[in-house]
Amino acid sequence: MKKHIYLVMGLFGFAALFTGCGNGNQGKGSSGALNSSNAEKVYVAPGEHDEFYAFMSGGYSGNLTVYGLPSGRMFKEIPVFSQFPTSGYGYSEETKPMLNTSHGFVPWDDSHHPDISQTNGELDGRWIFINGNNTPRIARISLTTFETEEIIEVPNSAGNHSSSFVTENSEYVVAGTRFSVPIPQRDMPIKEYKGNFQGALSFISVDPEHGHMDIKFQIIMPGFNYDLSHPGRGKSHGWFFFTTYNTEEASTLQEVNSSQNDKDFIAAINWKKVEEYVNNGGGTKMAANYAHNVYDESTHTATSTMKKEVLTVNPIDIPGAVFFLPTPKSPHGCDVDPTGQYIIGNGKLSADLTIHSFDNMIAAIEGKKFDGEAYGIPILKFEDVLAGTVKSGGLGPLHTEFDAEGNAYTTFFISSEVVKWKLGTWEVIDRKPTYYSVGHLMIPGGNSRKPFGKYVVALNKITKDRYLPVGPEMEHSAQIYDISGEKMELLYDFPTHGEPHYAAGIPAELLAPKSTKFYKLSDNKHPYATLGAADSKVVRDGKDVHIYMSTIRSHFTPDNIEGVKVGDKVYFHVTNQEQDFDVPHGFAVIGANTSELLVMPGQTKTIIWEPKKVGVWPFYCTDFCSALHQEMQGYIRVSPANSNIDLSWSLGE
Amino acid sequence: MFPTINLKLMVLSFLMLGVLFSCKNEAKTETTPTQQKAGTEEVQKQGQAFIKEDGSTPNVLQIAIGSPDHTTLVAAVQAAELENVLVNAGPLMVFAPTNEAFAALPEGTVEDLLKPENKDALANILKYHVTAGNYSKEFLMKFKKLGQANDQSVTVEVVGDEVLVGGAKILASVPAGNGIVHVVDKVMLPPTE
Repeated sequence: MKKHIYLVMGLFGFAALFTGCGNGNQGKGSSGALNSSNAEKVYVAPGEHDEFYAFMSGGYSGNLTVYGLPSGRMFKEIPVFSQFPTSGYGYSEETKPMLNTSHGFVPWDDSHHPDISQTNGELDGRWIFINGNNTPRIARISLTTFETEEIIEVPNSAGNHSSSFVTENSEYVVAGTRFSVPIPQRDMPIKEYKGNFQGALSFISVDPEHGHMDIKFQIIMPGFNYDLSHPGRGKSHGWFFFTTYNTEEASTLQEVNSSQNDKDFIAAINWKKVEEYVNNGGGTKMAANYAHNVYDESTHTATSTMKKEVLTVNPIDIPGAVFFLPTPKSPHGCDVDPTGQYIIGNGKLSADLTIHSFDNMIAAIEGKKFDGEAYGIPILKFEDVLAGTVKSGGLGPLHTEFDAEGNAYTTFFISSEVVKWKLGTWEVIDRKPTYYSVGHLMIPGGNSRKPFGKYVVALNKITKDRYLPVGPEMEHSAQIYDISGEKMELLYDFPTHGEPHYAAGIPAELLAPKSTKFYKLSDNKHPYATLGAADSKVVRDGKDVHIYMSTIRSHFTPDNIEGVKVGDKVYFHVTNQEQDFDVPHGFAVIGANTSELLVMPGQTKTIIWEPKKVGVWPFYCTDFCSALHQEMQGYIRVSPANSNIDLSWSLGE
Repeated sequence: MFPTINLKLMVLSFLMLGVLFSCKNEAKTETTPTQQKAGTEEVQKQGQAFIKEDGSTPNVLQIAIGSPDHTTLVAAVQAAELENVLVNAGPLMVFAPTNEAFAALPEGTVEDLLKPENKDALANILKYHVTAGNYSKEFLMKFKKLGQANDQSVTVEVVGDEVLVGGAKILASVPAGNGIVHVVDKVMLPPTE
């Protein structure tokens, strides 16, 4: 029976299509399947490229993933704070120093807020910065090699959350503490938090040529929680804004105790004033201990240096540098519009958005219209700085970004939606549901003077039934919306990796042309590099055995090694001789307690192997490099500790 | 990239229509209002409130729906289209007035609030019954006030062994997957400012 119905329906449908032909009265939906506008908008044909790069933080993966928009295709996972056996990052001798901290080797972190470097308030595509939340660190990643080049630890900080946002000319990358802590750290009762714990806001200077980071100063603030931040831009360039919560300074059950004040603060920092102060000798040098890890592209090797001092600044020593703007309901996102005029507080326990006016703020400061103070820091009157309120009707606003047309887009976690509203009139223009419980959102350039407002990507926290189930844990879902029209249009739904807390997007044309294709072998300054197969050798230094190995399609030189003994520490220094784009070689040896190596053309990487068993053990290339990849292998003979076999190595003998 | 693809797709669709129907003039791209409308309807039925039963602990909405004493509340939530608000990760604490509590309001109040033109007022009242949090009756005694989802605060008073939230007494409490439902004997009316 059912079959008959389908058949009848099918015939009917077919007939309907035919009757549409040539009568000039075509049904409006009849060509819908071929127009398929949404599919077309995200479809990037095989071999074609996406229009934007999107860099999504990995959250608890500790890394950064690279996607294409609008397709939602993932291109790469860049290891940052976490060991990454895929490439050997954090396992290889060259990269282990990247994960050094004052707590020792820390092979994981919680990466949150990527931000792309800027020049004149516009994305310049040189570097992307990201914060490690757990063991406070800021990383700088090259947008030429797409590799982590530098990590600096942040002392006096804990839960490095209101980070890592750059000022308009990347003068500073800024890192604020979520947890206030005793500064300096000391043994004291937790109950004495109030008035004793403090929060450090760190301004890390960025060398304009190489990007190298250095903590210029830390502002030691009252013991609130500093949640998110963003720089002023345009007219407000020179200022930085931080949301705070727990202005109650509770040390326990914050879900109750930090919500007792109707208003918390946005801290407005005139960093230019503080910079001038420290340039003139202001501030106090404090003993500290923090790691500064730098990767050198020419040696393909990182070094870690412990720094012993940090310059701290007490905000009340610099009148006119720090103010508090009362902002309702534990604000999360702190976002500044492209003109620099509006500072948006997303009160996460609120239904409304609070928008402060930079001009009003300056007028109130000049008029000295203060409403008391907190720890000597003047509090401005809410009504004096307020520009407007968005009565959204949504619940749980978290984060706002902007397009280039004077519109803002805010996520609402509790009501699971993105709300589009107009700057200046504060009217809600559109709202669209997300699936489900959205955290941050991202518009390429959406936190700069020049947004590229074609798409918004909503980064959701809850996935549930959006994809085929894969057990209790689901990758987080993202949704991409077309925002080129008056109304937002949901285009596509794609899974992300880890837990993206935030993302940064940039037009592909700004990055793709300068992406590194391979490293020049002639520039390789690695002390254990093998620049030609003839330079291959094996050198014993006590129990250490250094194997200078070269790789080319498709063999290792040497591929037969003898004279290694149980108890030796064998260093495989593998140099990839290839000089072609996308021809890495891999290296893996049986029983290695580390990981494989994935060696880019022109690069040298080192892995340690400590053989425990006598025998003849294989090693091979893990990357399918050529038609003879399966032949790319070798043997290393391990003799008893007391054997007297001489070191020897060969290829093709 | 886009112009190329658009062009290719348009050419493709043109060709296909040509082949299938031999229409010479009709193969123009046009918007498809019917399709979009269907899409919108679909969207309205989406959201976490409409996920198929997956064996998880019932959420605050499911608890209310399952309670014979809360049919008025459920009808009101549906009228205000707040279903999806009550099923998110939370934590949410819902003060759920019984049917009796609604019946105690002045005659005609509930009927009025359920009218489509009063949807916002109804939503405001309902959100005044929701806190972001998950606290037992005993634990609530630690509070002096709670910040409610409509952006107003409700007072918390301890009277003897009882805790009164906005003057309402907690009759029973049911833990939920995304929070807790406190059954209350009174509809809490948001203070007018």
